[in-house]
Amino acid sequence: MFENFPLFPQQASTLASKVDGLYYFLILVSLFFGILIASAVIYFGVRYRRRSATQRPAEIHGSLALELVWTLIPFGIAMVIFGWSANIYLQIIRPPDDAMPIFVVGKQWMWKLQHLEGRREINELHVPVNRPVKLIMTSEDVIHSFFVPAFRIKQDAVPGRYTTQWFEATKVGTYHLFCTEYCGTEHSGMIGRIVVMEEADYQSWLAGDGGQMPLPKAGEALFTQLGCASCHAGTSGARGPALAGLYGKKVQLADGRTVVADETYLRESIVNPHAKMVAGYQPIMPTFQGLVSEDGLLQLLAYIKSLGEEAAANPANDGGAAAAPHGS
Amino acid sequence: MERINYLNNNYGIASWLFTKDHKRIAILYLVSITAFFFLGGMMAVLIRLELLTPAGDLVKADSYNKLFTMHGIIMIFFFLVPSIPAVLGNFLVPMMIGARDLAFPRLNLMSWYVFMIGGIFSLYAVVTGGVDTGWTFYTPYSTAAATTKVIPTALGIFVTGFSSILTGLNFIVTIHRMRAPGLTWFRLPLFIWANYATSLIMILGTPVLAITIALVGLERAFHIGIFDPTLGGDPVLFQHLFWFYSHPAVYIMILPSMGVISEIICCFSRKGIFGYSFVAISSLAIALLGFLVWGHHMFVSSQSPYAGLIFSVLSFAVAIPSAVKVFNWTATLYKGAISFEAPMLYAMGFIGLFTIGGLTGLFLASLGLDVHVHDTYFVVAHFHYIMVGGAIMGYLGGMHFWWPKITGRLYPEGWARIAAAVVFLGFNLTFFPQFLLGYLGMPRRYYAYPDEFQVLNVMSTAGASILAVGYLLPACYFLWSLRYGPIAGGNPWQARGLEWNTPSPPPTENFDQTPVVTEEAYAYALQEVKVG
Repeated sequence: MFENFPLFPQQASTLASKVDGLYYFLILVSLFFGILIASAVIYFGVRYRRRSATQRPAEIHGSLALELVWTLIPFGIAMVIFGWSANIYLQIIRPPDDAMPIFVVGKQWMWKLQHLEGRREINELHVPVNRPVKLIMTSEDVIHSFFVPAFRIKQDAVPGRYTTQWFEATKVGTYHLFCTEYCGTEHSGMIGRIVVMEEADYQSWLAGDGGQMPLPKAGEALFTQLGCASCHAGTSGARGPALAGLYGKKVQLADGRTVVADETYLRESIVNPHAKMVAGYQPIMPTFQGLVSEDGLLQLLAYIKSLGEEAAANPANDGGAAAAPHGS
Repeated sequence: MERINYLNNNYGIASWLFTKDHKRIAILYLVSITAFFFLGGMMAVLIRLELLTPAGDLVKADSYNKLFTMHGIIMIFFFLVPSIPAVLGNFLVPMMIGARDLAFPRLNLMSWYVFMIGGIFSLYAVVTGGVDTGWTFYTPYSTAAATTKVIPTALGIFVTGFSSILTGLNFIVTIHRMRAPGLTWFRLPLFIWANYATSLIMILGTPVLAITIALVGLERAFHIGIFDPTLGGDPVLFQHLFWFYSHPAVYIMILPSMGVISEIICCFSRKGIFGYSFVAISSLAIALLGFLVWGHHMFVSSQSPYAGLIFSVLSFAVAIPSAVKVFNWTATLYKGAISFEAPMLYAMGFIGLFTIGGLTGLFLASLGLDVHVHDTYFVVAHFHYIMVGGAIMGYLGGMHFWWPKITGRLYPEGWARIAAAVVFLGFNLTFFPQFLLGYLGMPRRYYAYPDEFQVLNVMSTAGASILAVGYLLPACYFLWSLRYGPIAGGNPWQARGLEWNTPSPPPTENFDQTPVVTEEAYAYALQEVKVG
């Protein structure tokens, strides 16, 4: 009977039991205060029910001590809950460094997912068990939200920027994927599944689809096709800044600000290049808004990131990762 | 011969449409918002019927999206926000402070016309195709993608907002300037404090909503890049602006109910409120803190995590003054002389449901937990516990409490007690299962859902049918009582408060002579009781 009547969702990620722990604690706190109030109201209602129409009880104006007790104790409990929940939140938003990236594009009304190795999926995501996975997400149109109840994670996919979330699945199986930001007609059809597989099964699944270009390779092809290399040649004196090793580094802007070259910055620099000019360069780059799809932008990003890895992998050639802007 | 009062002094249509009497304007509002309530309620019925089965079968996806959108817009902007302030507040604020009318009677009448014009715009949108953005109008969906009647609806809400502003302004000036001699701030009934705090939110928050809606309209019509990223805008900026009003708006809906509950509990336990100043000041604390927590609607929106931490801790803080009120109401019952007429049943129901609503608010303020339950049925259940379980229970409690004052007639007590019980049970059966659904992961605004969610959805729909009966009953017996109800007399509850020191229904000028106040609010211990 309980197959169709579950009360708690299954736990299938490293985060799930932590979130549930806080949930159980909050249920206990709620039961405590709920029962306290309800029994006081019922007890007083019975004990002090009116016995004659002329009864006029003595005034009780209040009690500062009681006011302090029922202000400070709930406040203390609330702060404990805050600390606990903030701690879990910080774990939810900070992916491990070695998390495997998956690129997610939401559109009305489907999820497009792409693995670094090039395999693409729609409304279905295959991932290995016991390995952290980082989702790098955006949207082609309106705001969507990527929600996997069994993993206790959710993050909006927002057009014009990248958002990330991560999980590490702990159980092989198939789990619901829901869009939880209302996005129009088929919002409730924008669902899918997460297929968690053993590592070996995942590897053979990944290899099972021949002919797909790895994402950085596809990005390199696009980079060449769009003629980006004519300015971003990586040589000194080039018209555009070098890109190798750029990802994750601080960039000095012409207006004096410093920004970190994360996914959103790199994306903006392609579609709206004059918004944040790098110090020492002229605003001559044309916009690529509308010329590159969200998928293409993700490929370019994967390529730019891979340049950094090559640079870091050969530190002897250019004097260490920090000097990566010299290019390769 | 019947005494001349505000109802029987003139029966002409013009005497209603051009009235400047706050009591008649309250009746105009009562009739209008009751119509809106049942319209929004019918939409809720269709929503619950659709969700009886996992497949989307009763209505089409687009129709469902319009139904929940219009349900939200009508219930929030055209019922809950005006409900207590514009009906009971309009009627009672001058009477409770011993004034003849509000400070600006013409503005008061104008606010009703503005409200109706806004309502007509929105109804026009409904009958010409509806709108499907959700009551939240999130961008860029509302500005770039939706093909429904966004602009007429938004215009309706924009216009209606001004009626809120006018009412709030009127109340603030009236409460400052027109209190009877001797009625100091700390002798005011708590209903006045609650409406004062509400009015502050109305005049400070509503203009921001107006600006936000205007920007949505401008972007939609003229493609000015404010929210749409392809035009250089920022979609998350909309959420900040929207919730800057719409979170405090929750307190516009709940604070007046809290004021009603304080009045009812004191009357039916024949006792002054426990901790008067804490209950009074907590209303202001809620109003002010309520402006600082909007970001808790945006924990997974890509808002900065540091902003999330601050909004989370402030959201926990805003729970405290609400808790203080609940504890003080409970303590008021201690050593009282309690009776259980229908208003008191609603008040006790309010305490129960509001407590559940408030406690589940803690779940949503918890960052790490909110990530999971955000935009699921957990949220739907939570805000219905506050806005229906809280605000509407308070509204119905208040309507029963002051019905004899407003109409001069008593409602049938037996039926009213049955209705209060039916509403309480129906409400819990409708919305409690939704907490479980939400934690299981059922997203809100889904018209089709996986099979394992069905049992809880069936329970919820069954509860909704009971709740519908609970709401229809008062509509029937209130109407019945207008003709057949026993004559109420000036003070059927033996309640304290200036509004009870005048005949029911009150004369147009409220009081024959300006009352002079010499005692605290709720001085039941000083009451001279007629024996026999």
